[in-house]
Amino acid sequence: MKRHLLSAADLTRDEAELVLSTAEEMRSLADRPIKKLPALRGRTIVNLFFEDSTRTRISFEAAGKRLSADVINFAAKGSSLSKGESLKDTALTLEAMGADAVVVRHGASGAPHRLASSNWIRSSVVNAGDGTHEHPTQALLDAFTMWRHLGSLDGRRVAIVGDVLHSRVARSNALLLHTLGAQVTLVSPPTLLPVGVETWPVETSYDLDAVIPKADVVMMLRVQQERMHAAFFPTAREYSRRYGLDGRRMASLQDHTIVMHPGPMVRGMEITADVADSDRSVIVEQVTNGVAVRMAVLYLLLGGSQPAETEQPAETDTEGADA
Amino acid sequence: MSAPTYLITNARILGGEPTDLLLRDGAIAEVGAGLDVGDAEVVDAAGLVALPGLVDLHTHLREPGREDAETVESGTRAAALGGFTAVHAMANTDPVADTAGVVEQVWRLGREAGYCDVYPVGAVTVGLAGERLAELGAMADSAARVRVFSDDGKCVSDALLMRRALEYVKAFDGVIAQHAQEPRLTENAQMNEGELSGKLGLTGWPAVAEEAIIARDVLLAAHVGSRLHVCHVSTAGSVDIVRQAKANGWDVTAEACPHHLLLTDELAATYDPIYKVNPPLRSRRDAEALRAGLADGTIDIVATDHAPHPLEDKDCEWAAAAFGMLGLETALSIVQETMVDPGLLDWAGVADRLSYAPARIGRVADHGQPLEVGSPANVVLYDPSARRVVEAGELASLSRNTPYAGMELPGRVVATFLRGRATVLDGKLV
Repeated sequence: MKRHLLSAADLTRDEAELVLSTAEEMRSLADRPIKKLPALRGRTIVNLFFEDSTRTRISFEAAGKRLSADVINFAAKGSSLSKGESLKDTALTLEAMGADAVVVRHGASGAPHRLASSNWIRSSVVNAGDGTHEHPTQALLDAFTMWRHLGSLDGRRVAIVGDVLHSRVARSNALLLHTLGAQVTLVSPPTLLPVGVETWPVETSYDLDAVIPKADVVMMLRVQQERMHAAFFPTAREYSRRYGLDGRRMASLQDHTIVMHPGPMVRGMEITADVADSDRSVIVEQVTNGVAVRMAVLYLLLGGSQPAETEQPAETDTEGADA
Repeated sequence: MSAPTYLITNARILGGEPTDLLLRDGAIAEVGAGLDVGDAEVVDAAGLVALPGLVDLHTHLREPGREDAETVESGTRAAALGGFTAVHAMANTDPVADTAGVVEQVWRLGREAGYCDVYPVGAVTVGLAGERLAELGAMADSAARVRVFSDDGKCVSDALLMRRALEYVKAFDGVIAQHAQEPRLTENAQMNEGELSGKLGLTGWPAVAEEAIIARDVLLAAHVGSRLHVCHVSTAGSVDIVRQAKANGWDVTAEACPHHLLLTDELAATYDPIYKVNPPLRSRRDAEALRAGLADGTIDIVATDHAPHPLEDKDCEWAAAAFGMLGLETALSIVQETMVDPGLLDWAGVADRLSYAPARIGRVADHGQPLEVGSPANVVLYDPSARRVVEAGELASLSRNTPYAGMELPGRVVATFLRGRATVLDGKLV
């Protein structure tokens, strides 16, 4: 695998499938009494979170610890956007501490790309979500979840529904699922589809009811109510009526079709509670799979390379308001 | 201040046959082959093109307020090295150049620096806030004799205010230089809106946000019979609108920036904010339309939009970075690369787009004159056969935010003369 994971587009089909098969091995670990491998002993992984994200941070933390790495959580109080410490200075600090991998979540699109290409640090960079750009490990765990339920993704139809414009999950999934042979349809009101989406390797639709009866997977995206204030849609109620997944729409799905959501959900907005809690829903399983997939990514990125040369810090630093 | 007498030998005026120019007492005293040397200092210009001193209608000198990025002194040094003998200093300083006091201060700093003439641009509205007119008349009547007014960096988006500004400056033959950017369509905009902005997850800056304002403004200018200048035109659609306005006989002029002629939005895929500029780098098709517009005269001038920023404002994530790039020391090379070498413009055309026309729009009497006897001795000698690799650290600007670092560009400014005094000789500041 390459040194960094910045975009789902970085992965060839072989590499993506290697992550999935490695994740399957990692997942079997969860059934053992001791859920720990010595693979990354002595290696340091920093979770650098400029945005609060409890679930992603905990998922990476669990993944690193199960591989016996030293995991440092660094919750930056704000990016340079909010006049805090700059991305560069934070990176230089991490470099001085000798991180082998930096898992970065940042509100600015491209921030992980900057970290990886700026010569500020030498460590591997894993994008844990950047602005409205990408979230490649989310796409990998989504693909892994689909793969466990449906087998090969070749020719499978995946509907990704909601605020595609602002969704890093949608971008990464569109790229990765295409790589894995699935047929992706983005379903969204026209205002929430990105300009230029016709050049993506996907189909698009404005009509949810027309798409979901043929889908093998329906992935609902979080939609923030505040979007209506920027005129993306008139009201939350109208959005739910046209693009929400409720019991009536769920009844039109094929028997094997699964329902996914990257979380956090807005129940009653893009998905109703009865759908989220139904047998079709694999939303909780996505979280379990997230740890296995992130273990696989960290293992494959770090497994073959040498540890950082600088001295390791003695104890875990939990500076800042870690959410 | 008595400058030495210079005899420039074998210069090709506007690329023509080699001839000599004698610069004496601030003026061009003689032109012709085999002039007598007398007591003049000889500048051998064999193989060099002689152009009238360049005039930039769009420069950010940052003083007062951001002397960490640029000063009038450093900015005019950069200008001289780029072949400029006059620059128009934009008003978005701190304090804003919206009073006679501030424009006179900038004007005076320029005179003291002495590397090129500085013509302050006055703000259209108080504090660039777009709410009420600044004292345009006071700035026009001041020692700085302001004729160009602009809220550059911000758009005068209020249609009524724009109309009044256009009307008001007729009293002193002023011009409103509009930064055309519809604010609601460009909230938090980061790069050209298109295929790439969607992929990169960077908020788009759509062409229509520029074109809608230009379309409105040319109609307003026609309606009130005033002069409009459109800053940094960046889209093919904007070129079409300006072309139509000119065909209608309306008094509209427009500028293009070197970076929009050469660079395209694909560079944003690096997420390196050295390529972040406002208006943003556009598509290849837009760049080609700008070149065609500049060639046929739809675009009247090249202006640099030289926008220095300290390192920390660029050495960060894209969204946090400042908009803007350096331009003074590379402008002529990029015009050669994009216009002259491909055969779109000859050296006479370059003299028009970078000297005569900007001086005319800015109502600058002492610049933009043809290289003939009696004209002020504002001359640049340029070697179009040279090649150079741009090194950010070697620029005279206090800032380093050039998008051309490491790029090989044609041409080199060998000498610049301001009213007969050399500001640059052998490619170095005097």
